[in-house]
Amino acid sequence: MKVGLFVPCYVDQFYPGAAIATLKLLEKLGVEVVYPPKQTCCGQPMANSGFEHLTIGCNELFIKNFEEFEYIVAPSGSCVLHIRDHLHDDKQPEAAKSISNKIYELTAFLTDVLKVKKLSAKFPHRVGIHQSCHGQRGLHISSMTELVAPEFSKPLSLLQMVDGIDLLQLSRKDECCGFGGTFCVTEEAVSVKMGKDRVADHLEHGAEYITGVDMSCLMHMEGILKRQGSKVKVIHIAEILNAG
Amino acid sequence: MEQTTKDHSALAQQFNRDEDRVDWHDETLWWIREKRDKAAHQLPEWESLREAASQIKNNTLSNLHDYLLQFEQNAIANGLQVHWAADAAEHNQIVHRIINEANVVRIVKSKSMLTEECGLNEYLAKRGIEVIDSDLGERIVQLAAEPPSHIVLPCIHKKKEEIGELFHQHLGIEANISDPQFLTETARQHLREIFLTRKLALTGVNFAIAETGEFVVCTNEGNADMGAHLAEVHIASMGIEKIIPERAHLGVFLRLLTRSATGQPITTYSSHFKRPREGKKIHIIIVDNGRTVQLGRKDFRNSLKCIRCAACMNTCPVYRRSGGHSYHTAVAGPIGSILAPNLDMKKYADLPFASTLCGSCSNVCPVKIDIHEQLYKWRQVLVKNGYTPTAKKAGMQLMTWTLSSPGRYHMAGKAGRWVLKNAPFAVNNKLNPWYRQRDMPEAPELSFSEWYKQNKKN
Repeated sequence: MKVGLFVPCYVDQFYPGAAIATLKLLEKLGVEVVYPPKQTCCGQPMANSGFEHLTIGCNELFIKNFEEFEYIVAPSGSCVLHIRDHLHDDKQPEAAKSISNKIYELTAFLTDVLKVKKLSAKFPHRVGIHQSCHGQRGLHISSMTELVAPEFSKPLSLLQMVDGIDLLQLSRKDECCGFGGTFCVTEEAVSVKMGKDRVADHLEHGAEYITGVDMSCLMHMEGILKRQGSKVKVIHIAEILNAG
Repeated sequence: MEQTTKDHSALAQQFNRDEDRVDWHDETLWWIREKRDKAAHQLPEWESLREAASQIKNNTLSNLHDYLLQFEQNAIANGLQVHWAADAAEHNQIVHRIINEANVVRIVKSKSMLTEECGLNEYLAKRGIEVIDSDLGERIVQLAAEPPSHIVLPCIHKKKEEIGELFHQHLGIEANISDPQFLTETARQHLREIFLTRKLALTGVNFAIAETGEFVVCTNEGNADMGAHLAEVHIASMGIEKIIPERAHLGVFLRLLTRSATGQPITTYSSHFKRPREGKKIHIIIVDNGRTVQLGRKDFRNSLKCIRCAACMNTCPVYRRSGGHSYHTAVAGPIGSILAPNLDMKKYADLPFASTLCGSCSNVCPVKIDIHEQLYKWRQVLVKNGYTPTAKKAGMQLMTWTLSSPGRYHMAGKAGRWVLKNAPFAVNNKLNPWYRQRDMPEAPELSFSEWYKQNKKN
């Protein structure tokens, strides 16, 4: 199985550890992983700001870089949702559609395609899970508190395979952290308040680490934690699943 | 009511200056969201009910013309007087005319967000007509000379101490009273006198049934009934989207409405108005005010399915932390943000951006409006129509230029990380809205792509 690894632009630049862990974890599970070096960004920052019409260049690049793979995997729910819902190219609509169908968020790829049942990871820490909205409500990688439906969580089911991990329960299980792309600067006051409240929920329940499938939410919460002088760290789920 | 030129972000920032109040507002509404969850989870058929409601509304919107005419015909046969208003101005004129015909100058009004949308109170005040809002929350904001901040809980932004102060100033109670029971009793006595003396009552409409020509008004306080039953003339104002085809469909909506709104199984009063009693008159005003334009917008038409339960507001993490007034429109929150740009794109260009697109609103919506997807689509429409700040547009163009080329992207990334490492003052300053209350991420030595080049062969 040959998988194309898509590393979101801000992960590439600021959180290479999350991408390295994703690569190593997939390889550990016997997957052949290729990282196309000419990739840039999924185009979401422009599209969510109302400039979807400017994403033509990003869309063309994405198709060119990832067309050949059987599967595309990314350590992000948000970027994957954007590709699934909005990748389009009038010149090659079929290619765009096929990519939308074969791109996976990392944890969903592990549970749904690789059908991972056990992991050799060890992470003896108290950890809070942040449910990133786009993975959860967009890609349905876990059940949502609003709906009357059976409970499940792909990321949680994987974390439960990790040795020594102590997973905490939050008061508000799946509230948004307030990152929201350009929202974090255009609506600075509300964005920060949402972030502070999310972080407080984890701190109140004794978290040493906050994890999740999207580094963007974690980056936002990290910015708040650091400003507060907190020792609590954020960590991408791939780094926990690949730990030890 | 004060006109504002500030956008949502600026108004929300103002609201956030008092963090304790933000926490209180957030927790109050979250408590209501939790009550909604409990009520929903008690019905195993909840998701099927939502689907049924959604489909009934879809059918209604696709056949609106016929249902409206059917409703009119049956309502007239029942003895109601039916009026059609193309816009807010016409609606207000019709109300004024009926008031003049009834020869009164004081009326009582139960909650109707449509009349808020139409600016009816100000319109009538200018013409010497006194309107008393009889919904307790609406009466409180009316005394405070403020618009409602929430469509179901109009004074949810006010603390009981502030309400005590308002009643002290306007209703003559002693100062410093904040006991909810005492305050409610004060309002009750005050409103009782209003109900007994007003000869004309205006109400909203929650559902208008095409099959029977009757309409249904839902309240918890019974104030619509008190007003309408004691008055000689009853005016009911409804948007064209309030129609449902048959009486049998009503149960679906009544089961959903208040469970979604407050977590109650049903409103305390769900009153049917079918024909006027002897010697009394019922007028119904059917209002378009931009709704047919919205019906013609393919991507946004299903926003007209809304039954005004406000579940999307209670769940919205942005609404809870920015307050209803930050939306500067009659209907606030996520649903208001997809309805308002239809009426005035320029004035409400900020609202579809007042969201993280988290999607919780769409999940709680009892009629399954894809609210967050419509927020995304409104953003595209607003940008294409030129309602974007110049700086944002320039920024987006620069970002596109960078991200559309691997070479430029890697160069920009390297430069950005270099700045963070070697000249952090260039970004760690007050010009950077991220930095104001958050630290910047630490810049690693190597990007992933650089690491990959060094450690792996491709």
